[in-house]
Amino acid sequence: MLPGIEQRAGNLGSSKKKLIADSLDKWRNHVELFHGVNVDWLGKKWYFLAFSMIFSVAGIISMGIHLKKTGDIVPLGIDFRGGTEMRVQFKNQVPNIDKIRAAVMAEGIPDSSITTFGDASNFGGASNNEVLISLPEQTNEAGLDVGRQKIEQALNGPYAGDFTIRDEQVVGPTVGRQLEGQAGRAVLYSLLGMLVYLWFRFQLIYGIAAVVACFHDTLITVGAFALTGQEISLTVIAAILTLVGYSMNDTIVVFDRIRENLRLTRREPLTILVNRSINQTLSRTVLTSGLTFLTVLSLYIFGGAVLKGFSFALVVGILIGTYSSIAIAAPMLVAWQQWRAEKGNAVSLPAAKRSRA
Amino acid sequence: MKKNLKNRIALIFAFLLVCLYGIIGIPSGFTGKALLESMTKRIHLGLDLQGGVHMVVQVEVLEAVSDETDSALARLQQDLKDAKLTYSQIYKPQPLTDDPVTHIKTGKPEVIKVEGVPPASASAVQSLLDQKYSNEYDVSSSDNETAFTLTMKPLVEKALEDKTVQQAIETINDRVNTLGVSEPKVAPYSLGANQILVELPGYSDTDEVRRAIQSTARLEIHAVIGTPFPDEQSALAANSGALPPDEELVHYSGISGTDPDQVYVLERAPVVSGTDFRSATPGTNQNTGQQQVHFTLTDEAGNRFYDFTKDNVGKPMAIVMGGRIRSVANIKEPIHDQGEIEGSFSLTEVEELSKLLRTGALPASLDFLETRQVGASLGADSVREGVTAAIVGVLVVMAFMLIYYRSSGINADLALFLNLVILLGFMGYSHATLTLPGIAGVILTIGMGVDSNVLIFERIREEIRAGKAASAAVDQGFAHAWVTIVDTHVTTIVSAAILFLFGSGPVKGFAVTLTFGLLANLFTAVYVSRVIFEAHLNKLKPGEMVSI
Repeated sequence: MLPGIEQRAGNLGSSKKKLIADSLDKWRNHVELFHGVNVDWLGKKWYFLAFSMIFSVAGIISMGIHLKKTGDIVPLGIDFRGGTEMRVQFKNQVPNIDKIRAAVMAEGIPDSSITTFGDASNFGGASNNEVLISLPEQTNEAGLDVGRQKIEQALNGPYAGDFTIRDEQVVGPTVGRQLEGQAGRAVLYSLLGMLVYLWFRFQLIYGIAAVVACFHDTLITVGAFALTGQEISLTVIAAILTLVGYSMNDTIVVFDRIRENLRLTRREPLTILVNRSINQTLSRTVLTSGLTFLTVLSLYIFGGAVLKGFSFALVVGILIGTYSSIAIAAPMLVAWQQWRAEKGNAVSLPAAKRSRA
Repeated sequence: MKKNLKNRIALIFAFLLVCLYGIIGIPSGFTGKALLESMTKRIHLGLDLQGGVHMVVQVEVLEAVSDETDSALARLQQDLKDAKLTYSQIYKPQPLTDDPVTHIKTGKPEVIKVEGVPPASASAVQSLLDQKYSNEYDVSSSDNETAFTLTMKPLVEKALEDKTVQQAIETINDRVNTLGVSEPKVAPYSLGANQILVELPGYSDTDEVRRAIQSTARLEIHAVIGTPFPDEQSALAANSGALPPDEELVHYSGISGTDPDQVYVLERAPVVSGTDFRSATPGTNQNTGQQQVHFTLTDEAGNRFYDFTKDNVGKPMAIVMGGRIRSVANIKEPIHDQGEIEGSFSLTEVEELSKLLRTGALPASLDFLETRQVGASLGADSVREGVTAAIVGVLVVMAFMLIYYRSSGINADLALFLNLVILLGFMGYSHATLTLPGIAGVILTIGMGVDSNVLIFERIREEIRAGKAASAAVDQGFAHAWVTIVDTHVTTIVSAAILFLFGSGPVKGFAVTLTFGLLANLFTAVYVSRVIFEAHLNKLKPGEMVSI
């Protein structure tokens, strides 16, 4: 090769690298320029309110419809509603559902519900030949296991050797009721605990605003379950508690910045100060939510059918949790101060009780 | 402060090694398989990842109370007889009864009543009751002092119930161990009163587990009244429509449970029951060649049994287990504390019966409230899916941090990796159980952990933009972000703590990994990141900026 050509080839290589580095820098600067952002978030509060109302109302309506249909506000998982549930996997194609139901009925179980249990997370792959057989709750504990045995007998007739039982659950009414109570109490105590902590670290109104935002997030997430007809199991409750924690986190980051700015400037109108605080934390908010969202999305796509409800709650929850800090919590603070100002009381929102570096 | 820095780096490495030790101990080899083995010894996989059987069992403690009052009743009868005090009736006004449809047990078994005491002996009866029974029972008398009521003291009743659950746990544990399961778990179930949790990892036959546990059901011997009837109606008809309060109807099902149904009328109060049996072994009658069960009773029970059998030679007695009669045997001679139960048993039946008598020291019967079983294949799939999701999550976050924060991204990635090691180390040391939601907790920790780094880095960028020098910017970045990091971590740990208190197995696993992950993150985000920054700052030329 002639040296001249080689050299040019070398230059091309390094100029390509420079091109990539340059565009990365440009993108970085562009994204970094979040710091120059100056959006009037509080000005848009009526749009936010409308958006939240639409989703909340939609959620409440579907919960109401579900309540009328089944007596629960959302589809309940077997943990809460009790009953029997079996996941059966067939070696080859799933046989005709009606035939399966007939076989089960022949063993004396008239009220079975049989559905195919496709795994959508298989990225377009076909359902892995699974069937979900469920029986409603039994009123007495003694008859609890009979249904499961009879189903196994029914399947062993025509399909012996062709199927494996992936998992089975039999939950009696006592346990179901216990878990319902526990779950409800857990959510309540969680919200209370955070209210107290925020009261301690900030002021009561901060705590209330944050709790209202969290409650809004929970309402919309549960509504999403009602809308999409997904079941709420115990792990979903765990996800909801987690998103309460996450929404708190997000709200606290904004509140911390507001508190810091309040300490620095005492003369600024609250609206402008809060807007600035939100804008200052915007890059962090977008980044963290984005990254956490990506990890949770990975869980939703790859994490398998068992965690579907759990990851769905988190996917919805993280988006809504981020949104609520800006759209619900911050406007509430300002609205409260304005309401107090109208009443002729103290005008400036006090900074936190204890100041820390 | 270079020495200070070196010390701190050494400290971090030491901590890292300690955590690694927590995860894999001292591994036997360095192949993938050996490492995995050492790891699973310290970090247990939950049932939803290993496969296994999970059951929640209710202990019918009222039955134990009923037993206790039954023997108190028998003792009282004896005492009154010895003191030559007369009465017309001694019975339990609301004995424990079993609704045949819902199987809910109702009644007030803790109450005993003595009626028809002649006024002359009233004070004598009162002092006898006060002397012998007032420790455990509250004694009250009717206005005219012809009837006395003994009610078990609430504290005594509670202690009895707790003891019953404890005994049940021990017996179920013995029974479950015979199934050959590795690391079975039998423990009180925190979410309900008098409930027991049974977890058998790697086991899949729920029916066998139920049989094994069920066979520890209550065992009693009752006196038989009259002859058997084909069904309940004829039994009632022969007794003019209703039974007196001290008798009951019980069905017969034979040792194997497959004999045709018959109904016997039995005396309600058993002569001896569960805890009275000390041992039982199968044997053969030398003379007749028949199979028999040779049993021994405790001394106190032996005395009672002797009195009973002495008065009832030639009459039948019923061996009742789980509320059904298993065998009816004739009393040949008075039995003290050793005797034989004979009948046309087969060899297996006799061995079954001995086993039942031996381990039948369960003072109350059990209800199965919940049964779950996860197949091993589903467990393996769950592990695969969970780990895949975790790896994808980690890679995405690491890549992003690297691109967005340039060299400081390496800092964040190191912190992330360290987080995982520390998290697993905590779990290894506390022998925590990893469940599928636990893996989800790890994934969530990755997302939330990187938040701390973002907070710090964004703050540092702000300080740089405001014109501060590299080292001052880093200082200020950490100082301001620290407050927010503490606040956010504390609130999430609070909700994780509540989840831990209120949740069951899998949810507890999630709370555990989330909490450990957040604690690990507090350490890495603030201490480790700081150290790495300082190491980097030391290398900078004056005026040079941090790459962030």
